[in-house]
Amino acid sequence: MTFTPHRGRRAAALTGVLALTLAACSAGPATGDASGGLGGSLAGAGATSQERAVIGWIAGFYDLEPGVTVSYDAVGSGGGREQFLAGAVQFAGSDAALKEDELEQAHERCEGGEAVELPLYISPMAVVYNLPDLDAEHLQLSAATVARIFNRDITTWDDPEIAAENPGVDLPSLRIIPVNRSDESGTTENFTEYLEDASGGAWPHEASGSWPLSGGQSGNGNQGVLDTVEGAQGAVGYVDASRAGDLGTVALKVGEEYVPYSSQAAAAVVDASPRAEDATDTRLVVEIDRDTTAPGAYPLVLISYSLACSRYARVGDATNVKAYLSYVASPQGQARAADPAVAGAAPISDALRAEVQAAIDSITAG
Amino acid sequence: MPVTTTPPRGVPDPAPSRADAGAAVRAASTGRVASRVFAGLSTGAGLLILVTLAAVAAFLLIRAWPALSASPEELETVSWFTGGSVAEYVAPLVFGTLLASVLALLLAVPVSIGIALFISHYAPRRLAQGLGYLIDLLAAIPSVVYGLWGALWLIGQLDPVFTWLSSTLGFVPLVADYQAPAKNIMSASVVLAVMILPIITAVSREVFLQTPRLHEEASLALGATRWEMVRQAVLPFGRSGVISASMLGLGRALGETMAVLMVISPGFLFSFFLLRPGQHQTIAANIASKFPESSGLGVSVLIATGLALFVITFVVNLAARWIIARRAEYSGAN
Repeated sequence: MTFTPHRGRRAAALTGVLALTLAACSAGPATGDASGGLGGSLAGAGATSQERAVIGWIAGFYDLEPGVTVSYDAVGSGGGREQFLAGAVQFAGSDAALKEDELEQAHERCEGGEAVELPLYISPMAVVYNLPDLDAEHLQLSAATVARIFNRDITTWDDPEIAAENPGVDLPSLRIIPVNRSDESGTTENFTEYLEDASGGAWPHEASGSWPLSGGQSGNGNQGVLDTVEGAQGAVGYVDASRAGDLGTVALKVGEEYVPYSSQAAAAVVDASPRAEDATDTRLVVEIDRDTTAPGAYPLVLISYSLACSRYARVGDATNVKAYLSYVASPQGQARAADPAVAGAAPISDALRAEVQAAIDSITAG
Repeated sequence: MPVTTTPPRGVPDPAPSRADAGAAVRAASTGRVASRVFAGLSTGAGLLILVTLAAVAAFLLIRAWPALSASPEELETVSWFTGGSVAEYVAPLVFGTLLASVLALLLAVPVSIGIALFISHYAPRRLAQGLGYLIDLLAAIPSVVYGLWGALWLIGQLDPVFTWLSSTLGFVPLVADYQAPAKNIMSASVVLAVMILPIITAVSREVFLQTPRLHEEASLALGATRWEMVRQAVLPFGRSGVISASMLGLGRALGETMAVLMVISPGFLFSFFLLRPGQHQTIAANIASKFPESSGLGVSVLIATGLALFVITFVVNLAARWIIARRAEYSGAN
């Protein structure tokens, strides 16, 4: 019992040193050597939102570094942060940034170092509607109108407010059936946050992971919402954009134009958003500017962070985390998550990648 | 548990007395050992049930305790928590669970009795056998399949029915304000009814088949038609059996998770609007829906609701036992 960790540590240290030398030799962006010199295991836990992406990344990382066993336990954001701060896992996924008291714990957990928070999973969400006979590619709506629809203040599709935003579109006089998530979810939290921040007071509720109104249609999970929206004409709901399928999606009003969902537009809003006040070079916490007027930005996105330490006790951990996160941030890793069959995420921009890579490179051991 | 290895002292059935065993059966000692082992095993199995039940109850109580003893302020920190106390949170769930199950029972029992009577007294022998197999087959379908069937197919079929009901009988609050798609408690109850139909039918059929031949013949001899014979002889005889069959079905309906989770648009209201969405939720479906993103006190609250469900099923089963025991003397069996 007392011997194995020591032996394991020495072995890990050896492989770590070996890998470091290899990385130093190749001198490129440390995406791990193609032959894969690393070994050991790397455990992660956290948000369910990025689970599908992480599964894809683990598979992709295996091709690069077959010696490293990466695992991810999708216990939810809170559980992931808890396990990470307790030292049970080397990295975590979280839909929210670390809170102040958690930062202190992170200082301790990271051997006096700092927490690393990287916005590596950007997932656009779409407002989907079931209006099969609508002769427009995208219905155009402002945040205030979306808020009033979901707050049941606007009850028919041919409401003057909707008509005013969609000149020339023949709107049916159908009843609007708003559909929300019935389970607690980051999707709901980001959607209500958008409504609260961008609707100029039309949304009277606070942002929250569980839907504030009762007595309406709802579905369990993304699929449940989709099935419900597909189940009745006039229904409208919000889902991960990659799941929208054949349903119509809303183009949201940003500034003076209407922006339909696209992964570029989703990445653009992250770039256009300011960093949180306490963000640092390693804590790239983004305060999404839901009310943005940046051209071509799509403000309805969910960011899920990858959490790591800037300093690990074991060299092996540091090396593996660096290699894994470098892969995740690399164009290949981001492209893998962007595949609709994997997670349909929006790839991060090159500018953000440079910052992320600098933060990853600062991870050390000892 | 140590009782399993000792001779069955406490068991009130001392069949082979010590004198017999000592004198006559010494030669056949292997038989005696086997008998002892078997007695021990079956006692152990019986005890295991009690231990399991106690373990489940203890687990529920221990894990629910943080929620049961938490202050309203602490409970407020659970993001999806509504109401001031655990009791207030559970109450609408209990209501939804009971309403869905009772509706399902109301739909399923008459149909089940009809099918059971048809199989036992009306259908030609060969058809009855085939039909019996089919019913048993229905019972073997996993509930998640019923859930998928209900959510993806049945809801679409119920839509015109509910639309018609709500538009013609809309003045009755029960069926007022239907909103498509049909993700309401009525749809959930229909799925549940289909799920519990086989078990109620199978048990009822067995009971009806046991009606004493003499009762039936006596009734027919007095000039009764087949329907009158069924009413006079078969139904009174089978009543307690049908009740216990219904309770079995009710037990399954109370604890059903997937079918409800996939069909219903949940809500936390004490509402009798059966066709409105977002009014009701059952305990089991609520646990399944909330558990994945819960941690700490949230998990305790969910387990507390599970404790409530445990108590309800216990009470339902006790009630069923009581009814059956009370009715046994009237059953006409001799």
